Amino acid sequence: MGGFFKSSIGRKVAMALSAFFLMFFLLQHLAINILSVANPDLFNEVSHFMGTNPVVQFALQPVLIFAVVFHFVMGFILDIKNRKANGAKYAKNNGAANSTWFSRNMVISGITILAFVLLHFIDFWFPEINTKFIQGDWSGTMPGVDGFRYHEELVHKFMNPARVVAYAVAFVFLGLHLAHGFTSAFQSVGAASLRKKLEKVGIAYSVIVPFGFIFIALYHFFNH
Amino acid sequence: MNLTLKIWRQKDANSKGQMTDYKVSEISEHMSFLEMMDVLNEQIINKGEEPVAFDHDCREGICGMCSMYINGEAHGPDRGVTTCQLHMRMFKDGDTITIEPWKAAAFPVVKDLVVDRSAFDRIQHAGGYISVNTSGNTQDANSIPIAKEAADTAMDAATCIGCGACVATCKNSSAMLFVGAKVSQYALLPQGQVEAADRVKNMVAQMDLEGFGNCTNTGACEVECPKGISLDNIARMNRELMKASI
Repeated sequence: MGGFFKSSIGRKVAMALSAFFLMFFLLQHLAINILSVANPDLFNEVSHFMGTNPVVQFALQPVLIFAVVFHFVMGFILDIKNRKANGAKYAKNNGAANSTWFSRNMVISGITILAFVLLHFIDFWFPEINTKFIQGDWSGTMPGVDGFRYHEELVHKFMNPARVVAYAVAFVFLGLHLAHGFTSAFQSVGAASLRKKLEKVGIAYSVIVPFGFIFIALYHFFNH
Repeated sequence: MNLTLKIWRQKDANSKGQMTDYKVSEISEHMSFLEMMDVLNEQIINKGEEPVAFDHDCREGICGMCSMYINGEAHGPDRGVTTCQLHMRMFKDGDTITIEPWKAAAFPVVKDLVVDRSAFDRIQHAGGYISVNTSGNTQDANSIPIAKEAADTAMDAATCIGCGACVATCKNSSAMLFVGAKVSQYALLPQGQVEAADRVKNMVAQMDLEGFGNCTNTGACEVECPKGISLDNIARMNRELMKASI
């Protein structure tokens, strides 16, 4: 099996498996974030559960970090290999005649998403790690805020218009990445018939998930 | 029709190539693209210059020899045809047509529009066959019942002529449509299943060794393939390799 993951196909399968995990993660992330609009108290409760539950923190979170790092690193490795295989460029190449822009430029949407992930880590994840693991504060509270702090922190971040614009642009690229990536992952693991059956689901997913996140950012910007 | 042609000229494998402009006249819309190239070469020879080298053989779309990248597409703008089946009626009088060889690290240019596709031969040699004793005892093919759907799908995969348009089109120069078709045509039939695991492992290993890129599922190869080989074959190859590796 070790030899399998060294082959070109094995690497693609590994990319697809990490993509499945990340797509599931995005869905649950959106579901929780929607609560910040629909029910702030419940959002706080769920955020506190996710932020303090040992299974989430010490089992799922490391898997998530591994999947994110793996997906980016392997994506870049495969892109470099593919560029090497590609040889000289054509004087005239009509890529639009046979494929979509977003399927040919996954690395561009990927790099945009990577930039967003770094911004997102600086905004939320690093402060969270600092509070819990360095300062040792697992209470989920902060001075001046009644109850849990999570909703207040989220709202505060989206008061900055530059951040809202950066998030919105990144999510458009995430949508483009998913528009190809969703069905592509099924094809890579050999599920060609599922790829065809889930084509519309893939389009819906790549529109609903990114625009759901954009809606949340805009909602908090205009309402606070 | 009078046309301007921008053609890749390269003396040999070690020389640097460049695009060169040619004017060609008296082209009938009923000519095939290769016949147009023949007219061009006659005009070039009459001027005492070196004609443009290009691959061709059967000129009826089954040998897989012709291999031109025309106006940014493998085998030109028409669908489901090889360059020899591409008619000049697809172009207009006064058009400028760009003609280049397949470009991929694994398909080095030999001269002008001719590329070395022996990497495909080596992939075939790695497992694209079944081992049958043909010393007079071969049984009748019809003695093994095969479901119609499996036979048809295997036949569809077997229509791959190995022209390399998939590699030329792919932004990653991936050969997975070709290898997927060759793996599938045997994997779908009982005769091929005996050696299926070794076949897919060896052919994929050879494909990687030859320096082809990784498939990113853009689907461009399926669109440009003159034989309409389906992406399903790549998915089947992926399944076959997973099955063989577990």
